[in-house]
Amino acid sequence: MSDKTITFTIDEVEVKARPGQTIMEAADEAAIYIPRLCSLKGLSPFGACRVCTVLVNGRPQSSCTQPAAPGIVVENASERLHDIRQDIVEMLFVEGNHFCMFCEKSGNCELQAMGYRLGMMEPKYPRLWPRRELDASHPDIFIDRDRCILCARCIRASREQDGKHILGFLGRGPHKRVTPDSSDGLVQTDAAVADAAVAACPVGSLMRKRVGFGIPIGQRKYDHRPIGSDIESGAEVPDERK
Amino acid sequence: MDETLKKAVEEICQARGNDAGAMMDIVRQVQARFRGVSEEAIDLIAAQCHVPRVDVAGVVSFYAFLSTASKGQVVIRLCDDVIDRMYGAVAIAEAFSHELGIEMGQTTPDGKITLEWAPCMGLSDQAPAALVNDVPVTHLSTDKARHLIQSLRRYMDPSRLVERLGDGNNAHELVGAMVMNNVRKVGPVIFAPLGPGEAMKKALAMSPAEVIRDVKTARLRGRGGAGFPTGIKWEFTRAAAGSKKYVLCNADEGEPGTFKDRVILTEQPDLLAEGMAIAGYAIGADEGILYLRAEYAYLRRFLEQVLQRRREAGLLGKDVCGKKGFNFDIRIQMGAGAYICGEETSLISSCEGTRGDPKNRPPFPAQKGYRGCPTVVNNVETFCCAARVLEKGAGWFAQLGSPGSAGTKLLSISGDCLRPGVYEVEFGIKLTEVLRMAGGQEAQAVVVGGPSGQIVSAADFERPICYDHLATGGSLMIFGPQRDVLEIVEHFLDFFIEESCGYCTPCRVGNVLMKERVARIRSGKGELADLGYLERLGQTIKTASRCGLGQTSPNPMLSTLRKFRSAYDSRLVQQAGPFQSAFDIQAALAQAKEVQGRASVLFSGERHHR
Repeated sequence: MSDKTITFTIDEVEVKARPGQTIMEAADEAAIYIPRLCSLKGLSPFGACRVCTVLVNGRPQSSCTQPAAPGIVVENASERLHDIRQDIVEMLFVEGNHFCMFCEKSGNCELQAMGYRLGMMEPKYPRLWPRRELDASHPDIFIDRDRCILCARCIRASREQDGKHILGFLGRGPHKRVTPDSSDGLVQTDAAVADAAVAACPVGSLMRKRVGFGIPIGQRKYDHRPIGSDIESGAEVPDERK
Repeated sequence: MDETLKKAVEEICQARGNDAGAMMDIVRQVQARFRGVSEEAIDLIAAQCHVPRVDVAGVVSFYAFLSTASKGQVVIRLCDDVIDRMYGAVAIAEAFSHELGIEMGQTTPDGKITLEWAPCMGLSDQAPAALVNDVPVTHLSTDKARHLIQSLRRYMDPSRLVERLGDGNNAHELVGAMVMNNVRKVGPVIFAPLGPGEAMKKALAMSPAEVIRDVKTARLRGRGGAGFPTGIKWEFTRAAAGSKKYVLCNADEGEPGTFKDRVILTEQPDLLAEGMAIAGYAIGADEGILYLRAEYAYLRRFLEQVLQRRREAGLLGKDVCGKKGFNFDIRIQMGAGAYICGEETSLISSCEGTRGDPKNRPPFPAQKGYRGCPTVVNNVETFCCAARVLEKGAGWFAQLGSPGSAGTKLLSISGDCLRPGVYEVEFGIKLTEVLRMAGGQEAQAVVVGGPSGQIVSAADFERPICYDHLATGGSLMIFGPQRDVLEIVEHFLDFFIEESCGYCTPCRVGNVLMKERVARIRSGKGELADLGYLERLGQTIKTASRCGLGQTSPNPMLSTLRKFRSAYDSRLVQQAGPFQSAFDIQAALAQAKEVQGRASVLFSGERHHR
């Protein structure tokens, strides 16, 4: 590394970063896993899920958006942050309608895998049971908003990687939802089944039709190794897409 | 395709150069003209401005004053603030509903009148209040509500609802509002008179670096609530790379219980304009934007005239005050109803014509703000203070107030007190003294800094109002002994739920969860474990939220858990053992019972009591 290399610590381990890298990017290269949901390699940082919250010199920051800086002291794997992350993941579970036992994404779902990794049992919060609309208008893709966690990965992937804009956000607060770029369903957009946007969905919300339950139990992505283990093994910088 | 709509939308967009950056103006105009921004209009705007239609739809769905559905010719927005509720807003809502034959949130079948709730509109000292289109109507009663509807039915003219004009410039022909300033205490910084250009001329005789030095020496800190040192903010922005820079004035005064900026805009707009121009000179900007909340639209024509008068006097425009090469002008950007836009990066998003989502920081606005350029965002009152610093001197300003908090502060006082209104006090004044001035000595609780501040009890009344003790952006709501503290907390949570932008998880979901549990405790079904649950939930939301809204929304709950513990404790279910006594098995089984047509064998009432 050049003399511009930034040195800082994560949980007292020295980590190096290049100028312009975020804390999360530097951590990934150092085989330190910071849990995350809305972050996806190759997409612009978004900072919405807040699962990747770390303490930077004692101040909470989302590590996916916070630049690495010389000498900062980052706290990541502490009990306090574990509890906060678990709380956030539980919030996402109760906010939507998630039924892992019969979801096609089960075993490949990042939300479910994060729940397991963080030791979540039954959410401590009451389920909010929202009524959300399904968009099955497109011949090859459906949007099941019950399972959406509003991470905007589809929205960003469509714009930044597919060169399209098939989706966006509507409403605010608890009424915020993903909506297609048409007044009449996803079918009226140029969404295609091979879009990066479809592959970017971490949960069972933006899904290909007619391929559900295609992978047998035991061979699914998170059946044997927890989410983040690829980073921790130093094997690769993550790309959660298949 | 509706040809009238098509033509009008095209004209509106073209008048703005088909610039998506002017989206707020475009959608506001379409809304005003057609009472809504229909799906068809959204398509037309998107095509005209070359942006995805979902982005236009996203903007329309974000702001409370915009809608896809067509609203009535007249929209009545009744203020839903906690103070207004204390003063009978619910009864007034019923009177409106009864008179119109519709519920809140509905439009009369003839499409003439829409009735809605709206968050605090900056009139808490003359509650209950409503906006009828742009016209503020204050001190409502059920009788007045009925008369109001009768007048509207007959004339459909909101301006006829102004029975008598308010004081000061409220009576100005371009304002014509029944709003009262209620200035109860005049101080030396904000409400002292100022000759035209007096502060600016002194500033322009100095170098920009000297101006910044003076603002720093005066120890001026931001008046919006966060209290960041103004001089340092200006210095960062001046030092930031880029030839184009902006000065943004945050007049999106949305914190419930705050209305002092409304009074400044009404009475001291020149002082504000001087402060903005001085900031422009200091940082090297030639453009200032006054972001005016939609609720204050009735002040717009007046403010436009003030700016025009200043242009004509050479106090804005080219070579301001005769200073060669210093050009500075101010334009007004209207908001459209979103509390979050008072957050400085949301305000920038809104000015850029997008949803009012906060931005990721860094970069900070001083580095990359409006349209990617270095930008100073300050509160209305902060600019006024800065102007006065330059006029009267940094030393003069710094000796006012307390050591850590120089100068004066405008307080907007409302609630259970004899003299609600605006008070300019020196920092360091004790809360008891403020309560005495306002005639609110009976207070059980005072909300300092609005819902995002803290709720304090008598134990804190001897503490001073300043950045290091009882910090406030201006809101001070007084609650007498008859008020239910938990009701206030629950109300504030409803407010935050509605006003959260929904971007980040902890704020979007957490506020809903906090409200559920506080409501449960209020209804007498809470248990001891709920207090620990709320404490942890509140801390998670505070720690993990992305912007100031979520970082402060748990404050009312957390501060009352400490200071008004008995309000919670006294409502808890008395538990005999460790089991969940708040769990009502019969209620949980009710639906199954109805479907099956029989009671549960295991949990039938008799068995339970045997």
